[in-house]
Amino acid sequence: MEWLLEEYATYQSTVAYIGLNGLLALSVYTTLSCGQLALGNAGFAAIGAYAAALLTMNAHAPFAVALLAAAALPALVAVPLGLPVLRLKGIFLAIATIGFGEVVRIGLVNWEYVNGAQGLVAIPQKASVGLIWILLGVALLLLWRLRGSKWGFALEAIRQDEPAARTLGIDTTRYKLAMLMVGAALAGLAGGLEAHFTFMVAPNGFAFTRVVDMLVFAVVGGVAAVWGPILGAAFLTLLPEVLREVSPHLGIEPGPLRLLVNGLILLAVILFLPQGLVSLPRWWQERRGARRPA
Amino acid sequence: MSAPLLEVGALEMAFGGVRAVDGASFAVAAGQVHGLIGPNGAGKTTVINLVSGLLAPTAGAIALEGRPLHGLPPHRIAARGVARTFQSIRLFPDLSARDNVLVGQHLRRRPSLAARLLMLPASRAEERQASARADALLERVGLAGRIHQKARHLSYGEQRRVEIARALASEPHLLLLDEPTAGMNPVEVQEVAALIRQVAADGRSVLLVEHNVRLVMDVCDTITVLNFGRVIADGKPAAVAVDPAVITAYLGAPA
Repeated sequence: MEWLLEEYATYQSTVAYIGLNGLLALSVYTTLSCGQLALGNAGFAAIGAYAAALLTMNAHAPFAVALLAAAALPALVAVPLGLPVLRLKGIFLAIATIGFGEVVRIGLVNWEYVNGAQGLVAIPQKASVGLIWILLGVALLLLWRLRGSKWGFALEAIRQDEPAARTLGIDTTRYKLAMLMVGAALAGLAGGLEAHFTFMVAPNGFAFTRVVDMLVFAVVGGVAAVWGPILGAAFLTLLPEVLREVSPHLGIEPGPLRLLVNGLILLAVILFLPQGLVSLPRWWQERRGARRPA
Repeated sequence: MSAPLLEVGALEMAFGGVRAVDGASFAVAAGQVHGLIGPNGAGKTTVINLVSGLLAPTAGAIALEGRPLHGLPPHRIAARGVARTFQSIRLFPDLSARDNVLVGQHLRRRPSLAARLLMLPASRAEERQASARADALLERVGLAGRIHQKARHLSYGEQRRVEIARALASEPHLLLLDEPTAGMNPVEVQEVAALIRQVAADGRSVLLVEHNVRLVMDVCDTITVLNFGRVIADGKPAAVAVDPAVITAYLGAPA
């Protein structure tokens, strides 16, 4: 009986993390969808997590209000951040936004009120697996509806040729800023949910490696479809669980094995499936078509 | 003649020490096709880039309907009713011909975001109308059968025509065409010439940069000739064609 409960606990946490990582992957997808490699999302998630935790613990705010703030506050922070940095392109935007994330993390480490590097503990557990997945579903649905709309086409145009998009009357700065805000809101929401699922938040949970994970989810899953980043997040969140079972038989520690396999998968996807896992069915079809005699 | 739609005054664009446009002035009347010609490097494309806002002039003025255009960002200039095509085609390669034209309708469409996100029927209706308008424009440029092709899979001449359809989708007052027939065969050139006349007949002005002198002589109401960024001739095609300065610029000074 105890064994069963334990199994359920690990299983439940994995399912929850697929949802949380799915939200974080979508938060990177939003900016990628208009061609912007913005990587400040660990910082946005941290702002959301701390804001929500402080609201429920210190202000005794209802959980719904805390979650709303977890999404709204990072979106607001994204405005003064985005206006100057969205002038940057490609790798420079990535570096500037990573810098933002690190500033948030180091700021939290040095902030006595939130216990510095130790972070906040004993946050009430209010986020259920079901809630996490419902919110992920809503985010997925809204982003899916955006594609193919006037705004979706504008984002696609910006991604494919920004100057041409501008001459067609698209205010590219506004669109890029809007998507940065949406991404910040999704990351903050994931942060707020995570804080109330694991009862604790600490600055190190929002380090640079976290945003690399989010980017890898999105790239491995593929951004050609909205559900790609979620597929990538699910695949790469389940993988360590599988490896944990396998690694004792190979005589390797699960930690290093996870990094190795993650790296290999990323490499394989970039080399053979540049559109990510979502393009697997098409790749398969084309291979079958190529094999069939003419 | 009616009042000018576009007025360019003492326009100057310096790239470091090079003056690509050096004090050029000309005007385009409403509903007219105005040719902008000149030898290679005369500054024609630079003028198009300045009018569409991709470049900001170092000096001089550009006015549309009497109000200044220079200094505005490209999307604001587009909103004032200026659309353009590019010498080096700049379609969105992974979008279909129809979707490229739908992007061109950006300024004309007024859908409701809430209706779209909540899958309300009103948004479906608006989208169907927009698609129908896009298809009609593609039919007008002779691409009715290529609506669903990705832009990257279209031929060179077809891509140029999609660009024209995309520019027309914004229902511009002024259409800037930068070498619209480059790489086209003679039949396609004739089709584009007819299309340009139709656009003018709709009451839109066209500023046409073109190397095909026959086309320019055939479709333009007025012509400005640039050389080294300066206007060396301006007027009716027949007069410009026999202007000694123009002949010298194109063929060199008589021996």
